[in-house]
Amino acid sequence: MSAAAAAVVEREWKRYSTGERLARFMVYVTIVAAIVLSIRTVEVIPDFILDAPEQIADLLKRMWPPDFASYPKEIHAALLDSLHIATVGTVFGVMMALPFGFLAARNVTPWPWLNWAARLVLIATRSVNTLVFALFFVAVFGPGALAGTLAIAFHSIGFVGRLFSEALETTSPGPIEALRAAGAPVASVISFGYWPQVVPAFWSLVLFRWDINVRESIVLGLVGAGGVGMALDNALNLFQWTRVAMVLLAILGVVIAAEVAVTYIRKKII
Amino acid sequence: MAATTDSLLNRSAIRPANWPVRFAWLAFALYFAYALSHLELTPARFFAGLDYGYKFIAKLFPPDFHRWELLLKGLKESLEIAILASVLGLVISLPVSLLAARNLMPTWVTWPARLLMVLCRSFHPVIIAILFVKAVGFGALAGILALTVASLGFLGKLFTEAIEEISLKQVEAVRATGAPFMSVIAFGVLPQVFSRFIGFASYELDSNLRNSTMVGIVGAGGIGGTLFAAFQRFDYDFVCAIILTIIAMIIVGEVLTHAAKKVFRA
Repeated sequence: MSAAAAAVVEREWKRYSTGERLARFMVYVTIVAAIVLSIRTVEVIPDFILDAPEQIADLLKRMWPPDFASYPKEIHAALLDSLHIATVGTVFGVMMALPFGFLAARNVTPWPWLNWAARLVLIATRSVNTLVFALFFVAVFGPGALAGTLAIAFHSIGFVGRLFSEALETTSPGPIEALRAAGAPVASVISFGYWPQVVPAFWSLVLFRWDINVRESIVLGLVGAGGVGMALDNALNLFQWTRVAMVLLAILGVVIAAEVAVTYIRKKII
Repeated sequence: MAATTDSLLNRSAIRPANWPVRFAWLAFALYFAYALSHLELTPARFFAGLDYGYKFIAKLFPPDFHRWELLLKGLKESLEIAILASVLGLVISLPVSLLAARNLMPTWVTWPARLLMVLCRSFHPVIIAILFVKAVGFGALAGILALTVASLGFLGKLFTEAIEEISLKQVEAVRATGAPFMSVIAFGVLPQVFSRFIGFASYELDSNLRNSTMVGIVGAGGIGGTLFAAFQRFDYDFVCAIILTIIAMIIVGEVLTHAAKKVFRA
């Protein structure tokens, strides 16, 4: 009797089990170790850090005022090119991503080896940066907007395909079973069973990717793949800081306009 | 009976014609054709490109890992840039997102904080890296600063949204005890968002890891510089080795952050 009472008194409430606390502790230790190691080994010259605010202020001073006259001459056309690259690249990317999305979804494609093969493609295209794809396509097709468009398209496959396959995997199996029971062919099962269930997710991720691609299309010019990045690169190489400021302002305008447009369209169609 | 089958076969009964949407599609198709014509894609160019592409891919393989020391050095620097930028971004974006949360702060405070985050988010990390390279010179410091700015933009936005979704009851309860402002934040706000913050932070670490391999293209440190140099020297088998290593690092990073998220159930 007294032994049982003692056991009750000694039992202490703990929020996490010992294993959980150990796991958390390990994560904390890893994070701290990574930070300490990084600070100790990174090659940064301390003078540069102390000097940084002054240098940045100097840079901003040289940028002011932006060279507005250069906008109609050199920047406007390049900016539109960037938008074209982003839009066409997104469309091609989505077209290539859809089949992989269907193949990667476990409930649509019942063969695990195909799932894994499709997933490998999605991971690989997502891991290779747009700029690396751009370097590759510039080497293949020569400098210009075509290389940039293909770079955007290929890098988009992984992102769109993965999110699309995740949307497919959360669909309800009811309508699909009903269609199969009625003897519908595969194409009908996809277009009347799966498609209506994933349409909202599909449009929202296409818009999201387009928004990202507008930002990405702007840097492509740095490696010669067309768009406003080339105008930026020229201005930077010539140290024309007021023109750099104008390009940056134009980019800011386009990026904000794209975000506003995406928000508006999303509200309209979803 | 015949009428029923007709209406079943007639698609317009199921999906009535929507003219504004049709016009939008037509306009988009016209724009798409126009944008395509800008690409200067001719069959001759396409087939010449395929030929080059084939030769290019043939030159990529087999990957050349002979200069693994150079590769490892770049990789290490990329990792350091990603980790330090994530930590700095996290430390700075926490107070900024508290200032930007509309349910905690008055409008005249949230506005400047939000503007700062939009500015940081609008530019691609590589563009910010160019500016920092010009300002603080070549090397890892420019990369760290550039990715810190980018992290501030994204983490700040995600954190602010998370804070705006909290339940105000607990905040009110803490306030009612007469707790000072910092205690309200520490005991009323942060416990509600902690696990979501871990999810966002690990996402940002992944994203910084990807970008830290790229900022080197403009001279901001990391393996990107090695990659770009190898590209320009047509040293394609080394390029292949670098790209494979980057992919491996990103996948390992994703597995690790996934494991960490699991520990915290974020």
